[in-house]
Amino acid sequence: MNPDYKALFAEGLWRNNPGLVQLLGLCPLLAVSNSVVNALGLGLATLFTLLLSNGLVSLTRRWLMQEIRIPAFVLIIASTVTVLELLMHAFFHELYGILGIFIPLIVTNCTIMARAEAFASRNALLPALADGLATGLGFLAVLLALGGLRELLGHGTLLADAHLLFGEGVDLTLHLLPGYRGFLLAVLPMGAFMGLGLLVALHRWLDRRWQQRQQARNIALEVRNA
Amino acid sequence: MRFDTGGSPHIRGDHRVSRMMLKVLLALLPAVAVHVWLFGWGIVVQLLWASLVAVALEAAMLRLRQRPIRPFLSDLSAVVTAWLLVLSLPPLLPWWASLTGIFFAIVMAKHLYGGLGYNPFNPAMVGFVVLLVAFPREVTSWLMPAGLGGWQPDLWQAAQVIFTGQLPAGLQWDTVSEATPLDLLRQGVQQQLMMDEIRQNPAFGTLGGRGWEWLAAAYALGGLWLVQQRVADWRVPAGVLAAILLLSGPAWAFWPETNPNPLAHLFQGGLMLGAFFIATDPVSGSTTPRGRLLFGFGVGLLVLLIRRWGAFPDGVAFAVLLMNLAVPWIDRYTRPRVFGHGDPS
Repeated sequence: MNPDYKALFAEGLWRNNPGLVQLLGLCPLLAVSNSVVNALGLGLATLFTLLLSNGLVSLTRRWLMQEIRIPAFVLIIASTVTVLELLMHAFFHELYGILGIFIPLIVTNCTIMARAEAFASRNALLPALADGLATGLGFLAVLLALGGLRELLGHGTLLADAHLLFGEGVDLTLHLLPGYRGFLLAVLPMGAFMGLGLLVALHRWLDRRWQQRQQARNIALEVRNA
Repeated sequence: MRFDTGGSPHIRGDHRVSRMMLKVLLALLPAVAVHVWLFGWGIVVQLLWASLVAVALEAAMLRLRQRPIRPFLSDLSAVVTAWLLVLSLPPLLPWWASLTGIFFAIVMAKHLYGGLGYNPFNPAMVGFVVLLVAFPREVTSWLMPAGLGGWQPDLWQAAQVIFTGQLPAGLQWDTVSEATPLDLLRQGVQQQLMMDEIRQNPAFGTLGGRGWEWLAAAYALGGLWLVQQRVADWRVPAGVLAAILLLSGPAWAFWPETNPNPLAHLFQGGLMLGAFFIATDPVSGSTTPRGRLLFGFGVGLLVLLIRRWGAFPDGVAFAVLLMNLAVPWIDRYTRPRVFGHGDPS
């Protein structure tokens, strides 16, 4: 059977987006999305974990006993995250300090567990990797959207403190609203909840609009054919 | 076939929403007058600006939600929200801050939850809390009231300060603004001063703050009229006032040197406004008779707790919002017994 990669990506990025539709992994999503760089850091870390854990689960799926598969998944995910944590500690020390507890907490991100159980443990390596990539990118996109929204409203900038991720001397800060005096609320946890709520609403609104358009088009086609 | 006489009841009260809202606005007028006397014409500019913004946002949201615009716009509920919000804010707040507050009140707290009649939280208080958290400096800089030698701007000066942020030549923010009596009380308690030492400050009057107590009295006056008109249920303010008197009374009787007296609690900060105009909101408050009493009592209790131990000098807005959260639970356990039936719970 040839898996439909296009459908896989449509699921992960839009139709079944982990952040906006499944509403999984909200704890890190809400907590770390106060700036674009933080969001990007955690998003990439989650993406990396998803790829690795999906791949490993898919490779070992033939030898795992049904009864103990969940603990085995947990072990695999936890080892992946530990590797990631050590890597970040070594190469992105400042960002590691800022993201703090949310890096080890990637273990408990339900998105990763859900993908392992629902997809990777039933599919071959390549589709499992594609699924991990799609889901991870979907999560990353939501993180970036929320992080961008909160940073822009809160400080009037985008991509501030880029050196945390891209090394010393890199300054990508965009001052989009010069003279802006800041809106503290957006950066506070309250802003995260409101922002996510608005994004979910936007997602559903767009979905419904497209559906209605599709229906209108189908009716028009039928009328023409009749 | 058409019957000329409908079903009972045949005598109807005139309880249209627009009528109710108009009465609320009328009941606020004495307080607005006292406000002008104490702090100058800033409040009038704010009321006009806020009403304009509120009506515009209400119309825009109704249009977006594809609701009929005229009937909802003429019910005055947006104007009431705007007035209640502005009256809890300093009179010379910059225009963009009032705009942000109204936006959160009308768009986020009211229309995103389904519009008039569906909002679980009091819109004006949501707007106030958002501003308090987002712009703490602007929202806490009050003018010095008349009687303390404060500056009372006229209409033109007030409009200039609000829309340009520039004080007239020769005036400084530091000299015209002052900590509110509740701020002073809080600082005094933190410095471990005795209550009568704190009250030596000329900012304190007989009951609450000098001048401020008249504002509170004006709110109470308007509120009592609302209660008499049956626009507001007496149980809510009764609950709030009872909680304040019953709970702060003993504390004051036993430890008068560290606790303000109950009347000072009543006449300080936003308590009267909260008790008569904000907690009595029929939408976000409790709907059962016993529930309303309980709701009011809860607001009073939380105000006392927040004033005594909280991080902010006053807690009316937080108290009302927290009790809004508790409303479904209160309503569930205070359902009145239907005549002829057993206990509902």
